[in-house]
Amino acid sequence: MTADVGLRNQLRTQWRALPELQRFGITAAAEVVLALLLYFLDHSLGYGVLTVAAVYWIFKLPPLPWRAAAQGALLVPFLVSALTHAFTGARSLLLALAIGFAASWIPKRHRGWAMPLLALVLAVLYPFYQSGMFTMPLFGVFPDVATGVYMLVFVMMAVGLNIVVGYAGLLDLGYVAFYATGAYTAAWFASLQFPHVTWHLGAIGIDPNLPGIHVTIWALLLLAGVITALFGIVIGLPTLRLRGDYLAIVTLGFGEILPQIARNGDNLFGQNITNGPNGITPIDSIGFGHHLSSWTGGFLPANYLQCCSAKVFGHQIQGTDVFFWTAIALLLFTVFCSLRLQYSRLGRAWIAIREDETAAAAMGIPLMRTKTWAYASGAFFGGIAGAYYATFKSATFPGDFFFNISVFILCMVILGGMGNIWGVIVGGAFLAYLNQEGLANTGAWINSNIHVGSHHPNLDVPLYASGIYGVIILIVMLFRPEGLIPSRRRAAELHEGVHDEPEYSVEHAGAVG
Amino acid sequence: MLLLVGLVALLVKEFAVSPSQFVQITLIGFTLGCVYALVALGYTLVYGILELINFAHGDVFMLGGMFTITYATSFFNLHQGQGWVIVPIVFATLLLSMLSCGLINAAIELVAYRPLRSAPRLAPLITAIGMSFIIEDVGLAWKGPNYVTAPDVFPHSNVFAFRGVSYAWNHLLVVLITLPVLLALSYLVQRTRQGKAMRATAQDKDAAAIMGINVNRTISFTFLIAGALAGAAGLLYSLWTTTVRYDQGFQLGLIAFTAAVFGGIGNLPGAVLGAILIGLIQAWNEGLPWHMPGSDWTESIVFSILILILVFRPEGLLGERTPEGG
Repeated sequence: MTADVGLRNQLRTQWRALPELQRFGITAAAEVVLALLLYFLDHSLGYGVLTVAAVYWIFKLPPLPWRAAAQGALLVPFLVSALTHAFTGARSLLLALAIGFAASWIPKRHRGWAMPLLALVLAVLYPFYQSGMFTMPLFGVFPDVATGVYMLVFVMMAVGLNIVVGYAGLLDLGYVAFYATGAYTAAWFASLQFPHVTWHLGAIGIDPNLPGIHVTIWALLLLAGVITALFGIVIGLPTLRLRGDYLAIVTLGFGEILPQIARNGDNLFGQNITNGPNGITPIDSIGFGHHLSSWTGGFLPANYLQCCSAKVFGHQIQGTDVFFWTAIALLLFTVFCSLRLQYSRLGRAWIAIREDETAAAAMGIPLMRTKTWAYASGAFFGGIAGAYYATFKSATFPGDFFFNISVFILCMVILGGMGNIWGVIVGGAFLAYLNQEGLANTGAWINSNIHVGSHHPNLDVPLYASGIYGVIILIVMLFRPEGLIPSRRRAAELHEGVHDEPEYSVEHAGAVG
Repeated sequence: MLLLVGLVALLVKEFAVSPSQFVQITLIGFTLGCVYALVALGYTLVYGILELINFAHGDVFMLGGMFTITYATSFFNLHQGQGWVIVPIVFATLLLSMLSCGLINAAIELVAYRPLRSAPRLAPLITAIGMSFIIEDVGLAWKGPNYVTAPDVFPHSNVFAFRGVSYAWNHLLVVLITLPVLLALSYLVQRTRQGKAMRATAQDKDAAAIMGINVNRTISFTFLIAGALAGAAGLLYSLWTTTVRYDQGFQLGLIAFTAAVFGGIGNLPGAVLGAILIGLIQAWNEGLPWHMPGSDWTESIVFSILILILVFRPEGLLGERTPEGG
């Protein structure tokens, strides 16, 4: 397809042909008009649009002296408002802008490691400054730390799914099955589910006489990963022979069967395996044990639930915070493995299969084994994430494993950019936030700020969550199939097409009528 | 094979235990299969022409039920105990519901699938899932999260009652409305010019285009027909079970898709056969009293069938072997 086919591409070409100053003028005018319109709706939204637009343009300026001057100029009003306490959270907004501007001065060749490091530091410190953050227009307050754990867990799953969908190009619509396997592994081996057995293995912070199986969660995370990976292989071996959409359907089938087993598992041949719709609860918490705790002077908590006495920077550290940091560590592990896999021999084999299965097979890549490894790796991280989330919530219910969770995770991968791990992290964090807090906040904002006639619309926005994901999927696939932060290679494939399609388009064919 | 023999033996045993109940349940399964057939045909038509699993199809079926309820109660003021007036009303509702669903399905193709026709094959599949969620929420926003009740107009009196086996009119009507629709569809595909264009496009889009067939229009027409079938199924299902909910379409759609795969996707008689088999299996599983897993496991059984079929016989019962399965 040439670039000029379609209205969208024509408009884009015409737009690019305009002189730069004219383009800037039109965009700036549009932004001001938009900000003015939104200002009447909600003042902070108008300011927000202007600030974001200003920041965007500043990053496009040549560094010296223009960018430096503009950044300084933009910081001044926020500095003034912070000093005069003009609005709440002005200080945090000033700091956020300052950090963003400082980051823009990192030279390009160092950005590869500096930006992720900066993001990591900001994430680790999040519990300390969360309460002091400014209120976002439309999205409301910043997510609390528990939501942060939820976001991290789902980002982890998205990174795992990215291995299957992004790297290997296998559409998996039943990723929730892996999540469920991980969660139920944790639930079986660290709860009161099997009261007639009493078996403790390194379980910490729990009464040693408590009935049921209690294995330490640290080992369980690994075990959940391994069991889920094995499960992925079991699913994969018979089904990975199938291509494309058939595979998607089979995974969907597994994703529907497994939760049903969990739901009906309270009476499986007379045995109560999963406790049915009531779910398994409570699940043991993570901890480092009394020995390690006292040895480090209470630095490492004995049990996350009884945490902590320490007060750092005036912030009372709570169990949720420790869960949050552990989740960051797990995510780091996932990202590390995923990055190492990407350009390994295996990772390159995945990409080759994704681009052209026949050619890959001709070059001597064992298709089945390579695909099964993709499945197993993706499943491994899904299992760990599931087990971790189960211990964090201290419960697992079959109702958590509906098909729309699979699509939700898939939506993260698609929105962020299939195959690009940074994109998937950003997309995943954003969507998980939306799911947990954002949609409710936005709904509240809409209901209080938008008037239909004389009364408020009274929309229950979170009710329509899946429809909103549907819209996101549709828009991204139609207009930017490579996602928000694309992997360059995948973008090229999606625009030029790969070898599973006709050589030429029939878009405008047809002589009759 | 052994499994099959075992299943047949089980069924024979069931029959021996209580023959009247078995026949009764089989009849219900057949009726259910007819509804599935209408939906499964929609999947198979679209798959045949675009090789795309139209995930949104089940939700179009759900909208069909919603349309039926709206047209029947708001436009025609349909309610129980109206006598023979209901015949033209139901017929008019059927046509309207088919038309609405057909147009919606064609619009879905236009918005979500056509721009991606030259993209990798997974791209339209992903938008299909997105579309399915969107339509589900349209139903949710339109009719709310609870079950919507349809007027119970089909008579419940028995067509026949013989030795404890009875078959009520409301079941028979479903079959009676399904059959002419199926015949009309078969006539359309086999005998008309448009049907020929559809078959040609399904075989080879480029060659069809060279022969002067307007490929885009043919594909739109196929979606229109598929949507109309879903609309008809929506009417039958809503008037038969008298309840519809916004999330019903997805589940039922997946079951119907299984039926289409069972019979051989892309194969029209196969879809009908598969649908009736799936309907029977579901009814037997849920209705038979003896050694059956029960309705808690229906989805698991149906999806297990789906997986087994895809893994061991991807071409289905009647279908031809496609390169996909190879």
